[in-house]
Amino acid sequence: MASKTSKGLTWYAATWRLPNLVWQFLFFVVPLAFLFYLSFWLVRNYRMVPGFDSVNWVKMLSKDYFWDAYYFTFCMALVATVITSCIAFPCSYGLAFKTSNATRRWAIFFLIIPFFTSYLVRIYSWQVILAENGVINAALGYLGLNPFIMLNTVVGTLVGYLTLALPLVVILQTLSLSNIDRSLIGAAENLGCGRLRVVFTVIIPLAKIGLIVGAVFCFILSFGDFVSPYYLGGSKPPTLSILIIDTTKSGQQWPRAAVVAVSMILTLLVVAFAAVTAAYRKRT
Amino acid sequence: MLKKAKRQLIKPTRRKVLKLGMAATGAALFTPFIHRSWANTVEINMLSWYGLAEPDMVEEFEAQHNVKFKPKYYAGGDNMLAALSQSPPGTFDIIHTDAEYARILIDRGDLIDELNPSDYPYDDMLHDDFTKFPGHWKNGKLFSVITRFGHLGVSYNKEHVSAEEAMSYNVFWNPKLKGKVGHFDWHLPSLGEISLLNGNNNPGPFDISASAWGKVKEKTLSLKPQVKGFFDYGGTFSSLKNAEIWACVGIGDWVTGVLEKDGAPVGSVVPKEGGIQWTESYSIVSTSKKKDIAKKYIQYSLTPAGQVRSAGMKAYPAFAVTKSGMKALQEQKPDEAKRTGQMPGVPNNPITLIKEGRIHYRDIPQQQSLEEWNEFWSEYKNA
Repeated sequence: MASKTSKGLTWYAATWRLPNLVWQFLFFVVPLAFLFYLSFWLVRNYRMVPGFDSVNWVKMLSKDYFWDAYYFTFCMALVATVITSCIAFPCSYGLAFKTSNATRRWAIFFLIIPFFTSYLVRIYSWQVILAENGVINAALGYLGLNPFIMLNTVVGTLVGYLTLALPLVVILQTLSLSNIDRSLIGAAENLGCGRLRVVFTVIIPLAKIGLIVGAVFCFILSFGDFVSPYYLGGSKPPTLSILIIDTTKSGQQWPRAAVVAVSMILTLLVVAFAAVTAAYRKRT
Repeated sequence: MLKKAKRQLIKPTRRKVLKLGMAATGAALFTPFIHRSWANTVEINMLSWYGLAEPDMVEEFEAQHNVKFKPKYYAGGDNMLAALSQSPPGTFDIIHTDAEYARILIDRGDLIDELNPSDYPYDDMLHDDFTKFPGHWKNGKLFSVITRFGHLGVSYNKEHVSAEEAMSYNVFWNPKLKGKVGHFDWHLPSLGEISLLNGNNNPGPFDISASAWGKVKEKTLSLKPQVKGFFDYGGTFSSLKNAEIWACVGIGDWVTGVLEKDGAPVGSVVPKEGGIQWTESYSIVSTSKKKDIAKKYIQYSLTPAGQVRSAGMKAYPAFAVTKSGMKALQEQKPDEAKRTGQMPGVPNNPITLIKEGRIHYRDIPQQQSLEEWNEFWSEYKNA
């Protein structure tokens, strides 16, 4: 019998958990701590000098352009999350409840395929499609419609975010919906629930964890993305990721870039914890 | 038949065994020599802008000297400084950089070697300024050797903007270009051009007072409604090519030249308010153990052959800096020489433009900090 280290935790279980903990410590906690420390360093004559001065925090947090970029990035990530979740749900619902197991397996396989190619390549492809004289506007032209400006706008950025996150969110939602006990849905229907009511009062609450986890992934990926806002949004206005690049580009201000990065990580931690808390909250 | 073949495979003849044995012995004996031959290829580590160590630039030199260039490319002088700071001593042998950043390398004191001017063809330079180029020398000592340069001005789509309209930076404010103006995402060339438009040409667009700087900021902010976006090299390239933007601030023939040669209806001019010159040079890293071959490469890059290759570099073209280089370009690539004005007697000849005082060498801000200009750039992008 395995000896117990504490209530419910055996040495056997602890051993299996150890690699994950070591990995997280070495490659998340340590770099994060160093990044935080770096934000207090100074730059003198284009060289970083170790120190502990809050000047970078004061400087960055007092700048309007930092807060403009912050709110823009947060709002764009939030909008992308809502749109992605809303588009993904009908698709996931169909895959989970209206298709055979074989079809679902193939669908998930095809959703994974986009990840075989580089995200940057996919974004460059979107440039060809979204450009003013691109594929979509050429089609609109045949219909006698004026071109719709998409590239180098927030529309372009959102298309990029969806390219990044939508397949993943559909997969997560599908897996979550597939695990719902069908007898509960049958019971609700037997008790007279209409289809929409079944969806909103039975399916969504039961799949809440998967749906929220999918949304959180979408928010995290969109919030930190550099490629879409730069190559499809024209960096206008810049997001926090672009601000990091801008800050390092001139004068080697890596410590100030670290301030932006730490702010982003703190925001994501708060959002993720809030979402996970909401996901696992018991219904009263 | 099949059985026979099988038997032969399983039971080879004595002759076959001997042949195989000799081949194996030969391979075993010669392999060390092949390996040694490869080992003799000297690897030169170059820190440079993209394209400088590509085959179109270095293949001839590599073949002549049995060397192989191993590049680390950067985008922007600050990235170059960062790469240098974060690499252990001896990582790089040769640095290719812009003049304003060569000055920073020199000021650091221990990064690059002093060079002997007599090793390089300074008597063949196209302009006197190139023999004592600011940023390449310190206290009369040479540290960085000029090899190529280019001019920045108004880059435009010829189907939507006329050559006459492009002759002033005011074209960027033209109502027909609303939402069609692009920025190369680097503050120095864009703000330098707007500084020139504001008349800051004496002493220069980067040496301006606080009040002139305030006016540059004001003028720049007024351009924002016209702006489509802020692009890196790839973004600028594709935006001009697919006509997402019809005019671009802060670039020149180094971008449009590549597109023009590909048939795109784009071009660049130095407008009446003047243009900005980017100037690139090579330095030898102090910690390098291959200084002799690095010096030979710099010398090669200033030969007519090296200058012709540099002028037509696939990644981004440039002007020749030597008389013999420009002459060789006119003889070997007359179309390219004509396209870029590197011909005698033409009004857009780059040396003529410098002599007329219409060109200002790109520099870091003299009366403000680089940080101040960069911060304004972030504010502008968010405006």
